[in-house]
Amino acid sequence: MAHGMILIDQERCKGCSLCIEVCPQHVITINTSKLNAKSYHPAGLDDPGGKCTGCAICAVICPDACITVLREPPLRRGVGLSSPTVERML
Amino acid sequence: MARELLKGNVAIAEAALRAGVEAYFGYPITPQTELLEHLALRMPELGRVFLQAESEIAAINMVYGSACTGTRTMTSSSGPGISLMQEGMSYIAGSEVPAVIVDVMRGGPGLGNILPSQGDYFQVTRSAGHGDYHPIVLAPASVQEAIDFTMLAFDLAEKYRHLVIVAADGMIGQMMEPAELPPMRPLPTKRPDWALTGADERPKRVISSIYMSAEAAERFNLKVQARLKEIRRNEQRSTEYETDDARLLVVGYGSAGRIAHSAVVAAREKGLKVGLFRPQTLYPFPEASLSKIISRIQGCLVVEMNAGQMIEDVQLVAAGQVPVRFYGRMGGVVPVPEEVLAAIEQAYDSMSELSLAAPA
Amino acid sequence: METMTAPLELQTVYQRPNALEDTYTNYCPGCTHGVAHRLLAEAIDELGLRDRTILVAPVGCAVFAYEYFDLDGCEAAHGRAPAMATGVKRALPDRIVVTYQGDGDLASIGAGEILHAAGRGEKISVVFVNNAIYGMTGGQMAPTSLPGQKTSSSPKGRDVAMTGNPMRMSELLAQMEGSAYVARRSLHDPANIRKAKKAILTALKVQEAGLGFSMVELLSSCPTNWKLTPSEALKWIETNMLPIYPLGDYKVADAVRDL
Repeated sequence: MAHGMILIDQERCKGCSLCIEVCPQHVITINTSKLNAKSYHPAGLDDPGGKCTGCAICAVICPDACITVLREPPLRRGVGLSSPTVERML
Repeated sequence: MARELLKGNVAIAEAALRAGVEAYFGYPITPQTELLEHLALRMPELGRVFLQAESEIAAINMVYGSACTGTRTMTSSSGPGISLMQEGMSYIAGSEVPAVIVDVMRGGPGLGNILPSQGDYFQVTRSAGHGDYHPIVLAPASVQEAIDFTMLAFDLAEKYRHLVIVAADGMIGQMMEPAELPPMRPLPTKRPDWALTGADERPKRVISSIYMSAEAAERFNLKVQARLKEIRRNEQRSTEYETDDARLLVVGYGSAGRIAHSAVVAAREKGLKVGLFRPQTLYPFPEASLSKIISRIQGCLVVEMNAGQMIEDVQLVAAGQVPVRFYGRMGGVVPVPEEVLAAIEQAYDSMSELSLAAPA
Repeated sequence: METMTAPLELQTVYQRPNALEDTYTNYCPGCTHGVAHRLLAEAIDELGLRDRTILVAPVGCAVFAYEYFDLDGCEAAHGRAPAMATGVKRALPDRIVVTYQGDGDLASIGAGEILHAAGRGEKISVVFVNNAIYGMTGGQMAPTSLPGQKTSSSPKGRDVAMTGNPMRMSELLAQMEGSAYVARRSLHDPANIRKAKKAILTALKVQEAGLGFSMVELLSSCPTNWKLTPSEALKWIETNMLPIYPLGDYKVADAVRDL
């Protein structure tokens, strides 16, 4: 199984939890200790076991287009994170 | 260009074409239909856009869309259709896109009839849709003026990024008389810098009439009001006849103004000191010129083909300095010069009585 | 998540599409308007149409759609987007013109405009978001509301004897000769969302090829006005809307099959 991870824009997320419902690995949770500027508890990857496969189902259902999905490249490696969108999510 | 015998509606259509109208969207309604029919033939010949819409509501919103692309666009209709277009007209005004609308006025209210009327004066001058604005309104009194004002309408619309209405009555639309058409103007080669064309190597552009905060909406309104002030300063148009020594001033526009002119000529032949003032712009109302005349006359008679609508603008200018009387016919009845002359004589007599009764 | 760092060997396989503005939207949490926006933006990106697309936004919850897309855009009067789009398209026939409309906008006040745009075979693409309710004004009955559906203007449930049955716009518009592609999809789960994306891609390709009118109806959720959680709302689409609004292709002109 490929290894992956997701980055959820903490300011754009409205905590609707749809990504949590569809995640086959059950590695997304609502971060109830955090409130963003719009007063939502955002979702985040909670994957200590490294189970995320980067399947992108969470991104497909996300109504706020705030999930970036990363995955081990199948062929070539070493593509870094360059987009400003991605950097803001780290 | 030679003078030729032209029907008003056809002349307006052909003038629009020569002014460089690139897109026309309209819906048939008497008494403006020949205008649409002429463009149905001519626009495709020239590779321009003609589309008969499913309703006046659709037509005005097609005009709005086309105008958003910086395309020179127009529609035409008559009272009931103009009523349906009110919403779209307001959006156009609220978006600052230029557009030209021709209203060939017919008798109302309701379905009324298809006969000439000036019953849309309030509708076209006061707001033409919800919100605070006035379109520029031009009122031709002959086929030649219909041609000239149609050309002018496009210039004013683009100069001020504003809605311009040519308010012709059914008589102007339906009559035939000799007139001269201008030569064909070249089409614009460049789109304005606000036009929607696709965000190709430039930031995106948005055209809307939404201002969600009260402050932003007020700012926009103030901008519109500043523009209307500039329009009032620059664009008042009117003609005068025998006003220098006039004691009674007849005020009429469009066909009513033309009929009143014949009556004034007849009154002069009878030795009455009567002049004529004919507004050519209904908005801005030509208050500067009218105000000067009113300062030297003893009375006014407003002649309209309605129950008395422009009379309110005349009264505002007169501001109680002189009595303002009214003579009008409604429902599509076109007054004849003799009845206007009778009204002039009556007004003249009562004015004399007033001045006799007044203390020296 | 601030403490997390991405291992460098990972590659970005999905991110926000470029045709969407990098901005916050006014949609409620879990509202599938956001999904519909994202799919349209992805389709525009994938077909390379961003620099020649003009979006016509509606009145309704999507009234600010032009702010959410990085596209030239304009804002139509309620229901008039197809007429406005017609004006844009006729003036600029080589541009891609898209209307984005809700069910109140398209099926109620704008029923005439959409019908005639389809009838004329107007070469525009319509994204029709059907959530069976008026969202922006606070959950009133729409022509698309389901029989018995409780809304703020049908508090005892939609009485079909009084207010008629749901209007099926895809079925209706598919009857028009001018319609080249009319399809209904749903946004209630990832598999259906992927199918919806494909349909939007097809609709845009239909317009690019000049084949006629194209529309994709998207069954969507309105958690706030349905008074359900986002997740329950998606299930509500599946349970209650799908039987009334069957998914499928309602019109696929022969030329569309060759695309």
